Amino acid sequence: MSVTLDIRLKRANKVYHEGPIQLISSNIEVAKAGKIPGGKTEIPFEFPLQTKGNKVLYETYHGVFVNIQYTLRCDMKRSLLAKDLSRNCEFIVHCQPQKAKVVPTAVNFTITPDTLQNIRDRNVLPKFLIRGHLDATNCVISQPLTGEVVVENSDVPVKSIELQLVRVETCGCAEGYARDATEIQNIQIAEGDVCHGLSIPIYMVFPRLFTCPTLETTNFKVEFEVNVVIVLHDDHLITENFPLKLCRV
Amino acid sequence: MAAVQWRSRGRNYDAELQRCRPEAALVEFGDYHPLKPIMVTDTKTRRGARKGSTSSSSSSSSSAPADPLSSMLDGTDPLSMFAAASATEAPAMTHSSSTGDLGRKRREKEEEAVGLDFEHWSSKRGEILARFTTTEKLSINLFMGSDRGKALSPGSSAVSEKVRTRLEELDDLEEGSQRELLNLSQQDYANRIEELNQSLKEAWASDQKVKALKIVIQCSKLLSDTSVIQFYPSKFVLITDILDTFGRLVYDRIWTMCSDPRPLPDGFTVEDVNDTAKETCLNWFFKIASIRELLPRLYVEAAILKCNRFLNKSGIQETLPRLTAMIRGIGDPLVAAYTRAYLCRVGMEVAPHLKDSLNRNFFDLLGTFRQISAESVQNQLVLQRVEVPEYLTLYSPAINWILQCIAYRAPEPLLTEMMERCKTLGNNALLLNSVMRAFRPEFVAARATDFISMIKECDESGFPKHLLFGSLGRSLACADPPESERLTILNEAWKVITKVRSPQDYVNCAEIWVEFTCRHFTKREVNTVLADIIKHMTPDRAFEDAYPQLQSVIRKILTYLHDFSVLFSMERFLPFLDMFQKDSVRVEVCKSIMEVFIRHQVELTRDPVILNAMLHICKTMHDSVNALTLEDEKRSLALLIIGFIRMVSFGRDFEQQLSFCVEARATFCNLEPVLVQLIHTVNQLAMETLRVMRGSHSRKTAAFVRACAAYSFITIPSLSSIFSRLSLYLLSGQVALANQCLSQSDAFLQAAVSVLPEVPRSISVEGKLRSSESFLLDFINNFLATLLVVPDHPEHGVLYLVRGLLNMVQDYTWEDNSDAKVRVYVSALPVLAAMSQETYLYSIPKVDSNETLYGGDPKFLSEINKLCETLIGQILDHLKALGRDEQNPRRQGALAFSLFGVLLAHGDLRNNKLSQLAVNLWNLSHKHGFCETRISVRTLEFIKHQAQQPDMAHLSDTVQRLALQSRT
Repeated sequence: MSVTLDIRLKRANKVYHEGPIQLISSNIEVAKAGKIPGGKTEIPFEFPLQTKGNKVLYETYHGVFVNIQYTLRCDMKRSLLAKDLSRNCEFIVHCQPQKAKVVPTAVNFTITPDTLQNIRDRNVLPKFLIRGHLDATNCVISQPLTGEVVVENSDVPVKSIELQLVRVETCGCAEGYARDATEIQNIQIAEGDVCHGLSIPIYMVFPRLFTCPTLETTNFKVEFEVNVVIVLHDDHLITENFPLKLCRV
Repeated sequence: MAAVQWRSRGRNYDAELQRCRPEAALVEFGDYHPLKPIMVTDTKTRRGARKGSTSSSSSSSSSAPADPLSSMLDGTDPLSMFAAASATEAPAMTHSSSTGDLGRKRREKEEEAVGLDFEHWSSKRGEILARFTTTEKLSINLFMGSDRGKALSPGSSAVSEKVRTRLEELDDLEEGSQRELLNLSQQDYANRIEELNQSLKEAWASDQKVKALKIVIQCSKLLSDTSVIQFYPSKFVLITDILDTFGRLVYDRIWTMCSDPRPLPDGFTVEDVNDTAKETCLNWFFKIASIRELLPRLYVEAAILKCNRFLNKSGIQETLPRLTAMIRGIGDPLVAAYTRAYLCRVGMEVAPHLKDSLNRNFFDLLGTFRQISAESVQNQLVLQRVEVPEYLTLYSPAINWILQCIAYRAPEPLLTEMMERCKTLGNNALLLNSVMRAFRPEFVAARATDFISMIKECDESGFPKHLLFGSLGRSLACADPPESERLTILNEAWKVITKVRSPQDYVNCAEIWVEFTCRHFTKREVNTVLADIIKHMTPDRAFEDAYPQLQSVIRKILTYLHDFSVLFSMERFLPFLDMFQKDSVRVEVCKSIMEVFIRHQVELTRDPVILNAMLHICKTMHDSVNALTLEDEKRSLALLIIGFIRMVSFGRDFEQQLSFCVEARATFCNLEPVLVQLIHTVNQLAMETLRVMRGSHSRKTAAFVRACAAYSFITIPSLSSIFSRLSLYLLSGQVALANQCLSQSDAFLQAAVSVLPEVPRSISVEGKLRSSESFLLDFINNFLATLLVVPDHPEHGVLYLVRGLLNMVQDYTWEDNSDAKVRVYVSALPVLAAMSQETYLYSIPKVDSNETLYGGDPKFLSEINKLCETLIGQILDHLKALGRDEQNPRRQGALAFSLFGVLLAHGDLRNNKLSQLAVNLWNLSHKHGFCETRISVRTLEFIKHQAQQPDMAHLSDTVQRLALQSRT
């Protein structure tokens, strides 16, 4: 009989960090030692957020691989016979809106069988011509993404047109970097065999909980992309990808 | 006891009457008198200046004192005041009460609210639900969304499990609940949707807002399902009800969040809304913006469109165009059209002033119109086996609604522009139809000729032309085209209508045009139209499936044609009626004709055309009565027939009238009230004859009135109600007597007496069993009063009828323990006393009563006295019997007192024995103290007053002996 011991990683391709990177740490005393009277006692406090060394404060963000979290801990030391008390709580950090004006630049697109990449057999593709534009790819996070799409013609009827909002997290590490994309919202803007030549509005509100301004640091990046997905009736899936740059103004 | 001796008191009726009569006083013209007529002239309201003018313009004819009613109200007649007020206010009241809930009421007050002339969605609902039905099986799939979600995102492998389950949770109602309901009938479907509506309300009430949202999303998803397409419009109605509920709930919730400390004013602005409310509201919009599928996202956002008011001023104004544009993403043209209708409906409610979006919706609709003939639609139709014309009609409610919103208070040029746009589109019949339905009838009527030529140019294969003509006809039914064009319009329209092959389609259209025909043309044209309808509906008994429409034709004709001689002189009217072959429908139609006849026929008639037709109609109604007919139905039929009989008059041709009654009796023998009416009519006829002959009949008229009597005599026995029989015998007897038909009168009265024993002790009055005693006593008293003037029959003994009656009374099985019999005896005494007078109280012209026959013969008088004595004997026996039974002192007292009253009024109290009897009765009635002192006192006063009259001095002795019992 032989005994083997095996170690399996849940996800082999994942880069595991040693631990979180501390951006900030400060301590203040909110109350001097002394006796607190019975009942409820409220102690007001405030302190400035000062970064540690040359680190930058980022917006609070909860992603799959990247987490930026700020917590407060309050410790209450007590006499020998009583246990010390401690409480944690998260607080949210939003950046000051940027002063700079975002100048929207429209992006036009045309999709035909010829413009497509990643296809096995171009010959089996039905003919279609889809045009459209996004009003801007550098978007204000509180404003919707807008634009238009027109199905000029299509041999196979359209089944659905969707906007897929994708978040891309990239983490740098010694061997290179790890990139991971997550769909965070999928909005259908057309259903069924839409009228040809008629412009269909592109309109998507950025979900509050899953989006943040685009973030690029030396260690990691959080970016967003939108896919215009056209599903044809024979289940052909046509996707056009647009990187977005989100900001807060 | 036989010692009682009766002597009637001699009376001088004339003198007594003179004494009773108050002195007449003339009223001067200017004097106030309560019975003088008061004229209240109607208060004229001047709209606009109403405030000032409410005070009087009414006056009474007498100048000095005003009408007490109007003077109290400052001279304004309250009724006309209400009428004036209701002209302006009532519609507003009904409106707000119909919408019912708080949120809506608030909105109604806003300046921009839609006026009352706008036909609301609620009135369309029922019509759509009734019209778009199916017998196919339906299904509700509340799981649909998540299935498709999986299928559609194969590319996003990177979606984390967590996100995926979160998305799925949003999609299905309760975790793991597969809610697919198959094989639902239409009614089941409606019930299920209503259940969802209820669970939405419940979820909301129990603070499960997310569940509520899920329900609404799932429901709106059902609208993208176009299987069983012919039911789609109804489905839309049912589901948008839920959306409306949801919109209201959300709006009211946010509204109440702002109502602390005081409710928001009606015209609130964003500044009045607190931050929590704003945040909640914003949250709703974020949640809805993340709904994955297009259709639910559109519908749900539209449902809470109004909530934009809480967030910013221009919210609604910006959202409407955006949603309008988003609808372009809906590929199925039918689904898109209905989504547009919903958006217009919400827009019209929330911001009716934003016309641009309405127009935009319509233009987009026109822009996508070619979709209808696209391959995917056609494939679907083939699959569901639905014909194109039927499919096109499914659009009507949606397009009609959109156009109605646009046309509402729209300037004429806009409507003209819309019309032009429709003209330029290829297959424009559907649109043309909607234009005619939605635009103001006046607008359409003014251009009727234009429309007709447009209809003619339409493509026949798409939208059926009869529907187009139907819509045109509907407009022309309430607005008039230029007079010169009317005949052309009718001819052009009928040319097409008459060619419609399917009887059902034909009659639907023809029915509408009947109104136009009746409005503007004469009986000739109406007759032609009727002939055409008969021609179309007779083959294969097509009329059997078209009773509602045919009934509507009759109703319309009756609305316009009130002259029944014209109506019945239309050759095809009665043949038209013959098409109603189902009994219930035929009776219904006959009833509606009769109702109009009774309401509008003012003059009595003898027109043979009317009589024949009406007899025919009434006979139809009568013949529908059978053993199963309800009492109420019989009564209403009888009332209608009676109404007809009362309108028939042959003037001086009495014989004709009588023979009409004979015929009517044969025709309507099953309806008792009709027979009763006929007897009354004949009696009236006899009296009328007497009046015309000024009281003395010729040989001919005497024979005629005997014929009338004979008619009644043979008709009465066929009545089943005993009291009808009794009263008619008595009445007919009186009429016969008045007409000097003595033997006939005798026969009637004898018959009445012989019927008496049959009177049951209890009868049913309005469904309840009641004792007949009081009715019987009433009748007998009435009968006795008549007997005063009935002369004795030469071959029978003295007072034959009185004796006969009293014998019957004696033999009748009265209720146990009742004084009824004795009370009859008491009331017979005054009659007998009246009979013994020298001159009777009343008499009948040309009829000799017993006063003349016997001329005060002592033998006759002693007969009367003997009879009275027997009666008094009986009464006294009864009193004694009552005395034995200790239970009945009150009854004994009352009876004794009434006999005392009779003695006092009719007996000759100079006779000591009678006087003694009276005193005894007085004492007896007071013995137990049940007499009301007030009455006793008044009686004594009366006697004292009587004693002062001539020949009555003896009463003052009697009164001395009547002791008043003091109350202890």
